[in-house]
Amino acid sequence: MSTERERDGKSSRTGTFGDYGGQYVPEALMPAVQELEDAYERYVLENEDGFMDEFRERMREFGGRPTPLQRADRLSERYDREIYLKREDLLHGGAHKLNNALGQVLLAKYMGKERIIAETGAGQHGTATAMAAAHLDMPCEIYMGRTDVNRQRPNVYRMRMNGAEVNPVEAGSGTLKEAINETMRDWATTVERTHYVIGSVVGPHPFPKMVRDFQSVIGTEARKQIQEQASRLPDSVVACAGGGSNTMGTFHAFVPDEESAEPRSADDSSGQSPREHVDLYAVEAGGSSLEIDEDEGLAPNSATLSTGTDGVLHGAMTKLLQSTEGQIMESHSVSAGLDYAGVGPELSHLVETGRVTPASVDDEVALNGFHRLSRLEGIIPALESSHALGFLEEAHEDLGDLVVVNVSGRGDKDLETVLEETEKRDLAAAPDVEVFDQ
Amino acid sequence: MSDETSIESDIEAAIRENHPALITYITAGDPSLEDTKEYVEALDRGGSDLIELGLPFSEPIAEGPTIQAAINRALDAGTTPQGFFELVDDIETEAPLLVMTYYNMILQYGSEPDVKPFVERAAEAGLSGIIVPDLPAEESEPLRAACDDHGLDLVFIVAPTTEGERLETIMSQVSGFAYVQARLGTTGARANVSGATHDSLARLSEYDVPKAVGFGVSEGDHAAEIIEAGADGVIVGSALIDLIASSDDPSDAIDALEAKAAELKRGARRGTENEADEEVAPEPEQP
Repeated sequence: MSTERERDGKSSRTGTFGDYGGQYVPEALMPAVQELEDAYERYVLENEDGFMDEFRERMREFGGRPTPLQRADRLSERYDREIYLKREDLLHGGAHKLNNALGQVLLAKYMGKERIIAETGAGQHGTATAMAAAHLDMPCEIYMGRTDVNRQRPNVYRMRMNGAEVNPVEAGSGTLKEAINETMRDWATTVERTHYVIGSVVGPHPFPKMVRDFQSVIGTEARKQIQEQASRLPDSVVACAGGGSNTMGTFHAFVPDEESAEPRSADDSSGQSPREHVDLYAVEAGGSSLEIDEDEGLAPNSATLSTGTDGVLHGAMTKLLQSTEGQIMESHSVSAGLDYAGVGPELSHLVETGRVTPASVDDEVALNGFHRLSRLEGIIPALESSHALGFLEEAHEDLGDLVVVNVSGRGDKDLETVLEETEKRDLAAAPDVEVFDQ
Repeated sequence: MSDETSIESDIEAAIRENHPALITYITAGDPSLEDTKEYVEALDRGGSDLIELGLPFSEPIAEGPTIQAAINRALDAGTTPQGFFELVDDIETEAPLLVMTYYNMILQYGSEPDVKPFVERAAEAGLSGIIVPDLPAEESEPLRAACDDHGLDLVFIVAPTTEGERLETIMSQVSGFAYVQARLGTTGARANVSGATHDSLARLSEYDVPKAVGFGVSEGDHAAEIIEAGADGVIVGSALIDLIASSDDPSDAIDALEAKAAELKRGARRGTENEADEEVAPEPEQP
């Protein structure tokens, strides 16, 4: 396994992570992508003109950082180990998305761009971008698939409240993939004045690294907080994964926390010393099934890291849900924010090298996770985050004594979906839903 | 095969010998592969000097609504890369054929992600070149190498935003012709020729490579204006697909496509009338 330094050294020169990543975009966008690369290096990596200072200050004062790392008392009791929750649901806007959106809108301002566009799936990234654009006084347009517009109405209203224009995308299944296509088309038309605030660690270089860097505050805080509160590093860190921005944001600070790569015999480690190795689990949406239907072009899941194959989509080489011919599948998840047929190239790489373990839980396990956290801890998690919590229920025995779970967002936006889905099923952790009809 | 580049390719010859060249595009499988065969032959009869066939991909980010819809119709009709190549095996035209598709379709053709099996099959089917709208020069090395091995051209797009060093790099790698993107944005028929077209052609005038302009060209008059501005060819796609999409019966589009190609070719020729006495030998009259 390569060391972190090797990984970084390689990727910083070429915009790739091992075999993944790259810049597969139309020629018209290449100059903009390269301009962004330059701006990323100057402002984000080198803090030119105090960019990062201003970003951090705004994230404190506008965003509400740092978010707490909270010991979950009843979950700890239930699983007989220490469970800590990173509370990104408490960030302004109700999800981790603002970390990236504010960073990119601010960067666009530093670059002299005059207009912001973004895609959104569940509406969380669109909402965060609309808030950031209002906060920084930039005109903003959001592309959102028609299906998602219909199932995430509150977020559509929130975007409009913040002054953003919401453009429904009618093509295909009307979800995140189509929204990204349409935003790229807009960008290819307006590229000279417009910045595309991509919502996850996907797309052409430098987006996967830049979005990860803006999101990495999650893991940087969590790593420091767990050392203060539990006096050591966790055995495992768990985050849900769709495109993978909360995942990479949570994992990035922990990636170097792995056992020394030097060879050693099986017997010479003393069983007494605390583990230095932090296991990283990326929990994907298993949907209703991990089987894919090639004829229908349908994957009833979004488990790209677990079941996908290598290919190029939306600017990067990464793992994809695709047919053997290369057509991209329609993915599915009860959670709109995980419903995507691709995944960030760095996550593909970390899975390929064995540093990150992919896992998936199905819709039902996620819904139980949603209800369980709501009942036991008084926290209503996003359906996306509920996948991480569902995995915790299923796999806690393998996660060691000290576990950090990222609660990437709050679930207020999902209440309608959850009620509807809960009525259809017999969920162990659900309350009697009839009570909600009264 | 280092001297391969000094030999004029089929595509380059087709443009130079038929100057001003007409390059036409349709999506294979829209509405069926059988219809595509008829359409391609009609475009050939109408005077196309090169024909681009789109191999449909589910996420066509460079296309406007017209070609997106054509791609959807082709995918709904069950168009596969295998079927596409069998169609090309079957087609006989004067004009060389190119395939236009997205990079993932090329990568996935073999049993594991690799560009070689696709290029090998394309060469076997008699295709002369490949255009990949989501493959910038920076990522093109593997595909270019495979194309070189099989004597295929890999055609690069030059956008209105392509300038300076990038322009130099791309122009030094031109293979077949430089695909000059007339305007920012996506493909689709437009009512006029953009100012960006004139700017781009002026920027490229010092390079001695065949230049063909696409994105938005829909009428004979556009073709004339573009050729007059210094292009060696025009590329037309969406305007042809509109004819296919609007015909009640797929076979109705055959004559319309032939007539449209002829109109565009006439327009392109008009564009040379003003420059005929300047430099090149006069166009030989077509029989």
